[in-house]
Amino acid sequence: MVATAINRRGFLRVSFTAASGLLVSLYLERNALGQDAPKPPQQPKVFPPDAFVNIRPDGKIVIQVNRLEFGQGVQTALPMLLADEMDADWASVIGELAPAADVYKDPLFGFQFVGGSGSVAHSFQQYRELGAKTRAMLVAAAADRWNTTPDKCRAEASVVHGPNAQTATYAELAPDAARKPVPAKVNLKTPAEFRLVGQRIKRIDSRPKCNGSLKFGLDLDLPGMKVAVVAHPPVFGGRVKRIVDDEARRVEGVRDIFEIPLAKGTGVAVVADKFWPAKQARSRLKIDWDVTGVEQPDSAELWTRYRQLGQTPGNVAVNRGDANAIDKIAAANRIVAEYKFPFLAHAPMEPLNTTVRFDGVRAEAWAGSQFQTVDQIAIAEVLGLKPEQVTFHTEMAGGGFGRRAVTDSHIQREAAVIAKRLRGTPVKLVWTREDDVPGGYYRPMHFHRVEIGVGPDGLPVAWRHVIVGQSILSGTPFESLLVKNGVDQTATEGAADTPYNIPNMHLSVHHPKVNVPVLWWRSVGHTHNAFVMETLIDELATRAGINPISYRRRLLKPEAKKRLSTLELLDTASAKWRNSLPAGHALGVSCHECFGTGVACAVDVSIENKRPKIHRATVAVDCGIAVNPLTIESQFQAGLGFGLTQLVPKGAITLKNGMVEQRNFDGYTPPYIIDAPAAVDVHIVPSSEAPTGCGEPPVPVISPAVVNALARLTGKRYRMLPLTSL
Amino acid sequence: MATFRLTVNGERREVNVDPSTPLLWVLREDLKLTGTKFGCGISACGACTVHVGGVATRSCIVPISHIGDRPIVTIEAMAVDPVGRAVQDAWVAEDVVQCGYCQSGQIMSAVALLKSTPRPTEQNIEESMGGNLCRCGTYPRIRAAIKNASAQLPKGGA
Repeated sequence: MVATAINRRGFLRVSFTAASGLLVSLYLERNALGQDAPKPPQQPKVFPPDAFVNIRPDGKIVIQVNRLEFGQGVQTALPMLLADEMDADWASVIGELAPAADVYKDPLFGFQFVGGSGSVAHSFQQYRELGAKTRAMLVAAAADRWNTTPDKCRAEASVVHGPNAQTATYAELAPDAARKPVPAKVNLKTPAEFRLVGQRIKRIDSRPKCNGSLKFGLDLDLPGMKVAVVAHPPVFGGRVKRIVDDEARRVEGVRDIFEIPLAKGTGVAVVADKFWPAKQARSRLKIDWDVTGVEQPDSAELWTRYRQLGQTPGNVAVNRGDANAIDKIAAANRIVAEYKFPFLAHAPMEPLNTTVRFDGVRAEAWAGSQFQTVDQIAIAEVLGLKPEQVTFHTEMAGGGFGRRAVTDSHIQREAAVIAKRLRGTPVKLVWTREDDVPGGYYRPMHFHRVEIGVGPDGLPVAWRHVIVGQSILSGTPFESLLVKNGVDQTATEGAADTPYNIPNMHLSVHHPKVNVPVLWWRSVGHTHNAFVMETLIDELATRAGINPISYRRRLLKPEAKKRLSTLELLDTASAKWRNSLPAGHALGVSCHECFGTGVACAVDVSIENKRPKIHRATVAVDCGIAVNPLTIESQFQAGLGFGLTQLVPKGAITLKNGMVEQRNFDGYTPPYIIDAPAAVDVHIVPSSEAPTGCGEPPVPVISPAVVNALARLTGKRYRMLPLTSL
Repeated sequence: MATFRLTVNGERREVNVDPSTPLLWVLREDLKLTGTKFGCGISACGACTVHVGGVATRSCIVPISHIGDRPIVTIEAMAVDPVGRAVQDAWVAEDVVQCGYCQSGQIMSAVALLKSTPRPTEQNIEESMGGNLCRCGTYPRIRAAIKNASAQLPKGGA
């Protein structure tokens, strides 16, 4: 996504109640999305009771996390930033996922979300300032108590020390601190003064995730709660023509069966006391669907259509130097490559769900949402309420990868429609795996055609590139921001902005309309663009007889600092194993930058049972200041595994006659332990620059690195995904 | 509906449910043991793994009527099981979890492995953990944590 410059001014609001300790609220006024983007509602402002920091009388410091936690480690990282500046005792810190509220909106974008790997990057300054201001107020309170000045006091591990060896804990000081003025300006620590930032701090949600005590959205259990499932049309946009539900209603525990509107078309909701009767009843429904007038796409036909479109230029994204330079290069010095990328489902481990209770005047919702502001507004719309009349709780989510950031809030709308009918009764809507896998909102299918002209030095002199794929953002509130001149930037990112020095480059895009809902899938356009770029650069390196790390370093422009720094680190970090590979093993290299973070990757691959076996991966990362190196290491180790979704043989969603052919993990099978690298060592480039994200950058590098290694083993180039045969 | 008498985590429990109800949903909705997770419902992801009669079992496809008198052990009892505790401690020490949703099932599979094979090879790990999906991809740290736990356990198992 984009980083937008903003005009912001902020102030802290402080209040005190005996029950809950010091409360600090930060409210930022902003015009975040720019002129032509949707503006956040102006009034009224909602100030939740415990805005960011709550020092409890028992000494526990509860910090509100303005993001969804779904594995990326933000529930640990943001409290680290605040606690460090606050000089809080880390052992006493609790991170809570904040509900939807103005105060928790992203300081750059003006709505509450997780996306673009921006959680730490966007809130780095915000959380540090909050911590520093809270600390200043606590120290001021202590200074008053001891008739001295704050500069004669120091704070450490939730205790303020006075000049005459006095001590007072934060919990003792909190009531007085809350009455102190909020400092307008505070000095933040220099990196040398950090106590938590930069340390390998273990996740604070680890133990409860290991003993089964942590509650995810799907684990929610409210008094009198019902469970709902929905029968969705077999073709996107299909409508219910006739329902025969006698058998379904005979299932014990079923309470209601009724037709509901969907984001596209209509469906049938089944409400029961528990999940199993709801699912049983749904399987006994007989529904005639009306799919007349609904486009019924077919993967084979789409492929033919896309490939045909890709033979001619589309909307121009890059036109640098001589667009036709390629035509002047002899055929022997040209590479022509065509790539195919299928639709991909996110398939987070926790099936999608949302719980809503509507009492006619207000509503309460619980969801593991990446888009709290958007989902809150959607529920309010369905129920005829104002957004602030919907209390929206952020539930811990079992993965998401973009799937919980949906501009049409279709899950929340379904849940709200059902809750409206069940007025007064909380209802948990569950999308089973059979709803999720064929349910759309996929990484779009793509076709790429690239023609490269190679110069006498083996470097590319001309590059003509056509990308074909649905626009993710057309028709959404993000269109005006990220779709320019008919080019959806999420389709070209990672290719159009390539820092490889290619003097003559032409890149254009076709965005066909297809009746398949599409969505950002962790790292978005970089999933396919990095694959295309990094496999072709590798092919060029091989052709030139230059090792793949050196070739990249030679071809990168000097301003590609983060790629160059990671390649340099990768070169030394992987040298030992790279130069002593056993027979039958090969090296694969890739390098990419996305969301501000540079990544270089080297893999040791052999072929076992006709599949790539990844014995080891070495990754070098340049993400600015490494806020939590342990989380970063973990994100990269595991994120490579996620990235391999596009290489595993069943890593594809396909359609036949408008119907998705995969229903569950048997048909759409993400990587298991055997498919993932056995070991991954992660090396971080030392940096004092502002931190950049680590959620998405691990994903794009692994697939090109693996097929580049395979190319060395077999002599073949792999351009059609998924990788069904070597 | 029928009444089933179960032994869950050492306690006698009684439930009145449809005999076709999978063990998973009895645990989650009738016994409120939500540590066992629903992922796919077709035994393809392992998120619902529990021990039935000491055997790692996908609870999402086992009807409650098939349990008989075999004792059921879930993630909630692992903290008081010597191997379970060692595995949980290793998971925390290695900072394995990310979203964490699959980890109950991963831990139940790992405990079953270490009870039968206290010193597993890489191949043992790949075989025993081979059916547990982790969408975040924490597999390298899962391997490390199993080896870590193994090192904490007495050689003959517990």
